[in-house]
Amino acid sequence: MSSPALPARERSLEGAHAPSTRKPLTWRLRKYIGLVFISPWLIAFLAFDLIPTASAFYYSFTDWNVIAKTSNWVGWANYERMFTGDRLFWPSVKNTLYYVAFAVPLGVVAGFLLALLLNARIRFQGLFRTLFYLPAVVPTVAAVMIWLWIFDTNNGILNWFLSMVGIDPIRWLTSPDFSKPALIIMSLWTIGGGMVIYLAGLQNIPEELYEAAEIDGASGWNKLINITVPLMTPTIFFNLLLGLIGSFQIFNAAFIMTGGGPVNSTRFYMLHLYEKAFQDSQMGYACAMAVLLFIVVLAITVFVNWSSKRWVFYG
Amino acid sequence: MASGMTQHAPLHQPARRLNPGKLLIYLILIAGVAVTLTPLIWTISTSLKSVQQLSTWPPQWIPDPIMWSNYSEALTMLPFGRYFLNTMVLVVAAEIGSLVTCSFVAYGFARTEFPGREPLFLLLISTMLMPYIVRLVPLFVFYGEIGWLGTFLPLAVPDLLGRNAFYIFLLRQFFRGIPNDLSDAARIDGANDFRIWWSIVLPLSKPVLATVAIFTFQSTWDDFLGPLIYMGQNPDMRTLAVGLYQFRNAPGGENLMPYLMAVSTVMMIPILLIFGFGQRYLIQGVTMSGLKG
Repeated sequence: MSSPALPARERSLEGAHAPSTRKPLTWRLRKYIGLVFISPWLIAFLAFDLIPTASAFYYSFTDWNVIAKTSNWVGWANYERMFTGDRLFWPSVKNTLYYVAFAVPLGVVAGFLLALLLNARIRFQGLFRTLFYLPAVVPTVAAVMIWLWIFDTNNGILNWFLSMVGIDPIRWLTSPDFSKPALIIMSLWTIGGGMVIYLAGLQNIPEELYEAAEIDGASGWNKLINITVPLMTPTIFFNLLLGLIGSFQIFNAAFIMTGGGPVNSTRFYMLHLYEKAFQDSQMGYACAMAVLLFIVVLAITVFVNWSSKRWVFYG
Repeated sequence: MASGMTQHAPLHQPARRLNPGKLLIYLILIAGVAVTLTPLIWTISTSLKSVQQLSTWPPQWIPDPIMWSNYSEALTMLPFGRYFLNTMVLVVAAEIGSLVTCSFVAYGFARTEFPGREPLFLLLISTMLMPYIVRLVPLFVFYGEIGWLGTFLPLAVPDLLGRNAFYIFLLRQFFRGIPNDLSDAARIDGANDFRIWWSIVLPLSKPVLATVAIFTFQSTWDDFLGPLIYMGQNPDMRTLAVGLYQFRNAPGGENLMPYLMAVSTVMMIPILLIFGFGQRYLIQGVTMSGLKG
């Protein structure tokens, strides 16, 4: 499809000067040259996105099991089993919702407040920003190991700090009451990632708006509520969406730290799915769970996007 | 709270006087930094302790004696050299995929026109939001059937084909900002699109290429589930992340904690170095992804 360089040159020169109505060949081919450029991704998309996703939809209606080597059509049986037959399915849903309900809003609000503080005219601004961002680049598995040790009941640093204010040792990772809060605390360690995005948004707010407000005698609080927050809604929306999608798929921390325990209190949706697929080899059932997650994430994206019309201000 | 008040103080007033509001900001920030850094300091501290020192109460921040030998012992307990090489193979494949293939694809989306470009670009964006788990199970079985499990191929091949929509997106945003005059001039001189991509667009795109290179390194270095599922069957094919996880499950429990912290520290070093040198590009990339989406 690519034309050799030399003839192309002649033709395009000719095309530029001759009053011909027919466009030169390279121009007509140029219409398709873009397809050549995107073809690697197109192949990858078909092979690694579209076909596997379509297969997952198909297999969610089968009793596909790689060990037993079965793959029979079972209709809605997997979905029925999720809602009525699998006693660990609902706990996994509840755990995930619990985690999302706390980790996402806390992360969005804390990241935003931190960005506001770091947007103020202060000394060592760059250093502060770097230090707060640092945890966001720590490799996940290393971070999980670090927190595993921080949460240690007897020798962990967190309980040591708590003991200084007179709180008895908490069994962070071995008590079902504290395992989810522990994972939420850990997730707040990396709010620096969202903070950077907020900071970029804050820098895009025109200075004149604040100046005009000051002339009108607006207080700092007024400016925050009436200028900063409304103009930041697109950025907040972006972080909220990313946070929701990521948190619904929480896996690594629970998988490595607690393995779903104690008493299934950190058995999140993804963890349950992982076990069904890779420990029990129930690929069909796992596909049905994956499809449901896919639909839920899609629905959330659409809903947040739709609701954003009411609260996101695109100036 | 503070952004309005403090940022827009008139310039002629010397900002030297520390007003109460600012003092509060400093106090909050310093407390925040302390909370943020404590886990890292605690990690390094633990990595240099003997097993006996683990349970001293109150905890010792500077171990005595300092057990430097923890590092050499931890890194030889499992074949971490091998794990490092495995990780680097994936990193190299991913970097080639990001810098060559993704930029090639991004050129197509940014600077050529073809029927269906916009819907295809939307499709590309939508793959960023898709939960990866949906693909995982069918791909796992498929890779098993074609004998790819326990090799680099399940992770390297999609990367090399430029499957990563996020990088394509970032590169496209940047490529679109390059003035058309340059490529038009080159076209009149007889350059075709491949030439323009390679000789004009890429050399002008060093900042975004640096950003994508850093992101690629970070995410490949960080990836856990992929290497665990696709390569974990073969003990020789573990990456650093999977190796560290195996270490956690090794018998010995809490006594291994100094070793575990030592390996965690070592695993952080490359990424922190890159972060130190490429911070500007990294932040630029995060910013681009957040604002122009």
